[in-house]
Amino acid sequence: MQFSLQLISAADHEAQAAAGTANVLVLANDADPREASLEGITRIDLVFPKFTDGRAYSQAFLLRRRRGFTGEIRATGDVLIDQLVQMQRTGFSSAVLRADQNIEFAQRQFDRYGRYYQGDAVTVDPLFKQAA
Amino acid sequence: MYQYTEFDRQFVRARAAQHRDQLERNLAGTLSDDEFRPLRLQNGWYIQRYAPMLRIAVPYGEIASRQLRVLATIAREYDQPSDALFAEARAKQDALGPVPLKDGSFAHSRLTVGYGHFTTRQNVQFNWIPLPKSADVMDLLASVDMHGIQTSGNCIRNITTDELAGVAPDEIVDPRPYCEIIRQWSTLHPEFAFLPRKFKIAVSGAKEDRAATFWHDVGLHLVKNDAGEVGFRVLVGGGMGRTPVIATVIREFLPWNQVMNYIEAIVRVYNRWGRRDNLYKARIKILVKAEGQRYIDEVEAEYKAIVEIDGAPHTIPQAEFDRVAACFVDPQLPAATTTATALPADTDTAPAYQRWLQQNVAAHKNPGLRAVTLSFKRVGQAPGDATGEQLDIAADLVERFSAGEARVTHDQNLLLPWVRVEDLPALWEAARKAGLATANIGLLTDMIACPGGDFCALANARSLPIAEAITARYQDLDELHDIGEIDLHISGCINSCGHHHSGHIGILGVDKDGKEWYQVTLGGSDGSELSGDSQAGKVVGPSFSAAEVPDVIEAVLETYRRERQSAGDKYETFIQTLRRVGIEPFKAAANAARFAKEVA
Repeated sequence: MQFSLQLISAADHEAQAAAGTANVLVLANDADPREASLEGITRIDLVFPKFTDGRAYSQAFLLRRRRGFTGEIRATGDVLIDQLVQMQRTGFSSAVLRADQNIEFAQRQFDRYGRYYQGDAVTVDPLFKQAA
Repeated sequence: MYQYTEFDRQFVRARAAQHRDQLERNLAGTLSDDEFRPLRLQNGWYIQRYAPMLRIAVPYGEIASRQLRVLATIAREYDQPSDALFAEARAKQDALGPVPLKDGSFAHSRLTVGYGHFTTRQNVQFNWIPLPKSADVMDLLASVDMHGIQTSGNCIRNITTDELAGVAPDEIVDPRPYCEIIRQWSTLHPEFAFLPRKFKIAVSGAKEDRAATFWHDVGLHLVKNDAGEVGFRVLVGGGMGRTPVIATVIREFLPWNQVMNYIEAIVRVYNRWGRRDNLYKARIKILVKAEGQRYIDEVEAEYKAIVEIDGAPHTIPQAEFDRVAACFVDPQLPAATTTATALPADTDTAPAYQRWLQQNVAAHKNPGLRAVTLSFKRVGQAPGDATGEQLDIAADLVERFSAGEARVTHDQNLLLPWVRVEDLPALWEAARKAGLATANIGLLTDMIACPGGDFCALANARSLPIAEAITARYQDLDELHDIGEIDLHISGCINSCGHHHSGHIGILGVDKDGKEWYQVTLGGSDGSELSGDSQAGKVVGPSFSAAEVPDVIEAVLETYRRERQSAGDKYETFIQTLRRVGIEPFKAAANAARFAKEVA
């Protein structure tokens, strides 16, 4: 699987915040993404308060697939390399890795599986609908 | 059985490699214990009281003889703690003391090594594999298409079904192809790996519910509508634990090919709305109870959006269903050599054989075949435990008598689904030699028990010495058959892995002031024909000491024998009597069995 998720350092994320966030929507993880106004929004930040709190995966999926949002969806908070594949599959396009994470270990997580059984936000068709 | 494709094989191998990567990072200190924990759990690796525990997935209970042989190898070669660890564990368990029995003997904690354990969710567990060896075990499992994917963690767990799937005379639709398709869909689902809590699905395709579907997060009943079309009746929000809840029917008929689209809606709404602030309120049952119709409406709206906006990507094409269903054709058995069941020649053993036929042999959709249960319930071994040697013997029997296929049952036994009638005497002889032919299936000693305080880090009290005490007390087969069909379920804590809520008699371990006590419940049901509509048992008074429990069980059973009426040429069952006369006489008898000092 292609590693297309853009990794952003915490420093860059902070710097971008300081430069202005007019077109950025920060969505709390209990907010309903189906109701959010996306007018003029180019980036949506979703948050993982703990990496075991999986609500933002459903939010990302709904933003991409249900709302058809084509801008950046950024993972923030407790973002670890072992969840990057899931993030990309559910529709995130960038992620702010927690400072202690080792990027070296990330690539092989993407290399490991070529395809998956179920469809997701990026590859919509499940395996059984894909050409062999 | 489902036949793995090259994709399926490669996927399981990749999963084993992923576990090895995580394990190595953990051992090297670059993946912390707290961050490794949810990852290893989703491969079945727990850390228990003394050692790691591995839960291996047996999807909907179907297991091949070649897989049983690998489990035997794991038992012998890997389920082996260091001498020091084992000695420490034994000393600590011995210090908890034995359960005294009426005849002056005792039931002890009986820690052993080198064995697998069949679970109520049709999986297999090992208790002593050192964690550093876990990656080797996963590679070994992958060599026979096995794994521990999603056998723990807050994700969609192993899908369970009727142990008689595909062979039951009362079957409406064979659930196995649907189970397999749902298994594949749920495997490494990116959106549903960190749900509020674990999520269990059970599927039933027969008239009788033998999969306790009303006790699951999602229960699916395969049905046919008036036009003869196949679909699902969908239940949601059942569960045990400290708040037992019977599932609610949310759809009377869902077309079969929509099942994944619909489950996606159920789980997505749960992921959004399920509570994450309190572990004990995080299961979907609490959400369904709290929101009621609002939850159901939201699921229907989400399902509609999946179909109309997302384009229903997981609608099952007929070709995919046919591909999977083709794996579940009946095996070609060699032609029969004889036509009649030959009785064992030895007249002394003939009654025992008859009893086994009556209790352990079930009818089959093919009149020339039977489904035979090997009993893993006997004195000296915990319910559902199988040593490496026994697993190998079971593999032999499965190969010789059941076309190489077996089922792990919800009741913690092993069922052979393809036994020819004329092979029954030979199977009986072979199973008897191996100690797997006790004619007790469905009877008192065929109890369900969790590993309890001898192994589990969560348990409040031990289950196994209680199981042992009751098993030892009821070794007289005449007495056991006279008591008749009954569900005895034992859990070592309120997590209810031993399903005490659904037992006709339930025993629940509780902790009071650091001591082991046991609450007894009566009248629970798993939803089978014998037990009636699913319901949780009612608690009998304050809890009992371990020593009192066998006497309490005896008093309850004596009450049944006193109160029961004849129903035709047989007595009514325990649960029928209890429903007819009510709980009070049983409660009174149980309370009267308390030791004098406790009442004073």
